[in-house]
Amino acid sequence: MALVRLRGPLKRLAGGAPEHPVPGATVGELLRALEDAQPGLRGWILDERGRVRRHINVFVNGEYGREATPVGEDDRVDVLPAISGG
Amino acid sequence: MTELLVGTKKGMFVLEGEPGGPFAVTARAFAGEPVEYAMRDPRSGRLLAAVTSAFYGPKIWHADDAGGEWEQAGGVALPEGEDAALERIWVIVAGEADGALYAGGDPGVLFRSTDGGTSWELDRTLWDHPTRPKWQPGGGGLCLHSIVPWPGDPDRLALGISAVGVWLTDDGGRTWRHGNDGLVARYMPEEAREGTMDLCVHNLHRAPARPERMFMQFHGGVYRSDDAGESWTDIGAGLPSDFGFPMTLDPADPDSAFVIPLAADVDRVTPDGRVRVYETRDAGATWTARGDGLPADDAYLTVLRQAFGRRGEGESLELYFGATSGDMFGSADAGATWFTVAEHLPPVFSVRAS
Repeated sequence: MALVRLRGPLKRLAGGAPEHPVPGATVGELLRALEDAQPGLRGWILDERGRVRRHINVFVNGEYGREATPVGEDDRVDVLPAISGG
Repeated sequence: MTELLVGTKKGMFVLEGEPGGPFAVTARAFAGEPVEYAMRDPRSGRLLAAVTSAFYGPKIWHADDAGGEWEQAGGVALPEGEDAALERIWVIVAGEADGALYAGGDPGVLFRSTDGGTSWELDRTLWDHPTRPKWQPGGGGLCLHSIVPWPGDPDRLALGISAVGVWLTDDGGRTWRHGNDGLVARYMPEEAREGTMDLCVHNLHRAPARPERMFMQFHGGVYRSDDAGESWTDIGAGLPSDFGFPMTLDPADPDSAFVIPLAADVDRVTPDGRVRVYETRDAGATWTARGDGLPADDAYLTVLRQAFGRRGEGESLELYFGATSGDMFGSADAGATWFTVAEHLPPVFSVRAS
């Protein structure tokens, strides 16, 4: 299973654990599975349409990814807020 | 002691003070986050705040103590699997039934709570309304910003949605109908105005002492209804501008309304560099400028839709408003004189007093 890594409020909402092994073949599937395992995250990373929120960045092994990006068994997926705001 | 809950671009502030003097910041919550609206339910004392994180989306939070632990409310989301996402919560209002609260948001959605704001449910009738595909957003989005209960009758409710006009229900939301007769969309070509749904209501209030009497700030026009929002009469004559967003009234006087006009839709600052609140006590026949104590020179402030609050009524009516400049002003004598409540806050989104 790929490993999803969280920080900040997302880590806190996921029970305080920074790393979560989650099944899924794409970033979208992975994040839905993560929500199912950690219901406190529901609505924080994905919106109701299943899209990654505009100012959330997802990296798969250090490369930008979006919902359809394929994910392998040994991949590391980082979810963190984008550098944005005002 | 008066408490002000101030939603700002950078968190919620609690200000406390005696009416007439400066207030002190006694608590801050959601530091760094946009707090679009915050209120205290007068029945339970519970605090509720609408926060739209730039990263994590809109949420409603509740707490008993502003400096304590806030809990995320459940159910504040649109149905999954459809092609829409909740953008923002604009307003939270106490309902008439025990524990009832309403929240309005973008895209033109109404949520209900029956447990004091712990959990919420989308009003599906409004969500599934057959006219929804025609709904057009205003500049601030498709925002349901005004929720107006009827004192003593939980089945009657009026909503203001920009830019889809006034919506009325007499059956607790099982059916919704428009209440737009008399509104004139001057921002549209004349030949397109008749029957249009593109009606940009900016604010909506009901006179509690005479519930069929309502007041509205429109996108160009100030209106009054004497038939519970079915039809509207323009009462904007006498104002320096009939464009603006903030509005409130004196609950003791059904002929009263207060507005803070802005110069124009293309120039959203206080007219002529003067900050003045305009008051009517004759249901809009005449308007009187109230500016004693407010900035009168080179003051080009923007006061947003929800940034005008009140406490009390009659001669002891207190009025408070904040600007995007971070300045806040108040009146302890129903608008006759004004004092500076606070300076140097972040841009003010909402002000509610209790």
